[in-house]
Amino acid sequence: MTNAQEQAAVSVADSRADFPALQQAVNSHPLVYLDSAASAQQPTSVIDAVAEYQRHDHANVHRGVHTLSHRATDAYEGARDRIQAFINASSRTEIVLTSGTTESINLVAQSFCRPRLAAGDKVLITHLEHHSNIVPWQIVCEQTGAELVVAPINQSGELDMAGFEAVLTKDVRMLAIAHVSNALGTVNPVKDIIAKASALNIPVLVDGAQGVPHMQIDVQDLDCDFYAFSGHKMFGPTGTGVLYGKEALLDAMPPYQGGGDMILEVSFAGTTYNELPYKFEAGTPNISGVIGLGAAIDYLQSIGMPEIARHEQQLLAYMGEKLAAIDGIRLIGTAANKASVQSFLVDDIHPHDLGTILDHQGVAIRTGHHCAMPVMDFFAVAGTARASLALYNNCDDIDKLAAGIEKAQEIFA
Amino acid sequence: MNAVDFRNKDEMRDLYRELILDHARNPRHFGRLDDATHTAEGINPLCGDKLHLYVRLDAAGRIDAVSFEGSGCAISVASASLMTDAITGLSLQQALDCFATVTERLRNPDASQERDIGVNLDKIKALDGVRDYPSRVKCATLAWHALNSAMQGNSTPVSTEK
Repeated sequence: MTNAQEQAAVSVADSRADFPALQQAVNSHPLVYLDSAASAQQPTSVIDAVAEYQRHDHANVHRGVHTLSHRATDAYEGARDRIQAFINASSRTEIVLTSGTTESINLVAQSFCRPRLAAGDKVLITHLEHHSNIVPWQIVCEQTGAELVVAPINQSGELDMAGFEAVLTKDVRMLAIAHVSNALGTVNPVKDIIAKASALNIPVLVDGAQGVPHMQIDVQDLDCDFYAFSGHKMFGPTGTGVLYGKEALLDAMPPYQGGGDMILEVSFAGTTYNELPYKFEAGTPNISGVIGLGAAIDYLQSIGMPEIARHEQQLLAYMGEKLAAIDGIRLIGTAANKASVQSFLVDDIHPHDLGTILDHQGVAIRTGHHCAMPVMDFFAVAGTARASLALYNNCDDIDKLAAGIEKAQEIFA
Repeated sequence: MNAVDFRNKDEMRDLYRELILDHARNPRHFGRLDDATHTAEGINPLCGDKLHLYVRLDAAGRIDAVSFEGSGCAISVASASLMTDAITGLSLQQALDCFATVTERLRNPDASQERDIGVNLDKIKALDGVRDYPSRVKCATLAWHALNSAMQGNSTPVSTEK
């Protein structure tokens, strides 16, 4: 082990101390935060970066000749460079800053797909998707007469590869697929899938909202056409997100929204659009949020994504064993390759009641349909309880989750 | 720290009282009512819980049968079950009064004076524990909103988010 790796090994174990929100008591118990798949907590470095910017450097970007505007622009564009390096995009022009994964996907649906779709065409998604990777495609299909096709999953919550290949046909004009399922934690074999789609010249968007916080992403290695993700699930501020797109595709796409910053020249006779990526960034952006996102990337890289992935995989395995050992528990989502998430049900206890009783013990989990109602329908449940891990969790958190579930069973016995 | 941080174990029992657990495990009047005169569907879109309420008025305009179907948490099922017990035999106007009284009681813990509507709603007080859990008040009021909707003759499903 090199010195750097040793340091990293220490910092992931100690990372909890970097998150102020995790230092509090909730309902008289130390907070156990197991809802990072919904939104992750922010480290001090992110909170400070945003506050420092607000305190000293705030001005609009790309507009002023004055010092603060330069500072704001440098910090904002510096974050874009960090994002580019973080996901290994070949150019900073391929990094479009958005309000989140949802906006990134809607941008692709409307700007890339809508002009290319007609009746008889197909858009392919999977049964695992979050509503934000379903509804934008339903809307564009409605607008164009294209058909939305859904690739099947199996009882483990894995994509049924034979079923997928059966619907990956030449008339598919777009494939949109989650990197990691938010409801089940399934990691889709996106690299293989992209290769199969590319062989048929089908463009691919990867919904990476649940992928980026947990593993090293290399968009060139994946060779995806688009990769969408959110800042707040990777320890950055809410209201920030990224759309990575291959430059040639972005270049050929019309703007998504019109406004300031996305233009070179405007007259009433017509408008010349700005170059990439600004063509897709109309209006004053979320400057402070993006600066916070840049700080979040610095934080993740200071620990190292491989180290984070290793830590979380150990914890996820421990959580699976610990939960499976509880009488009357049913694990939902048991794919061979998973990240961060375990959904489950406890006999005779509705997930909401379980969530309230766990909260009473300081344990925060998500309950309900997780914005993935088709996944719930597949497993014939109204909702599940979901515990999701991030780099700051540890075995003690999982022990407290298990103890809390047993307490709920006592109350409902 | 606010008051919520000082909840103790007994407060969990205050939410999940024996009466609540009993009605959740063994809901009364559970099932479909084929000759219902009034029906409504209640949906809590946040959790996906659904409840279908059936009410039958007799010739004199009194509720002579009521039932419900659906799935939900202990709080929503117990609330529906307690409600069906409480409203059997009431007039349409009394049922609407019950809706107003109970939803106000659950939403507004400071409600000092309750209007006397001539209906004994003491058992419904078992639900009072939800007032400390803002996210769960909707679970407790779902059935009552469905009742209001059914009695008003609304045909569209009633949602806790409207």
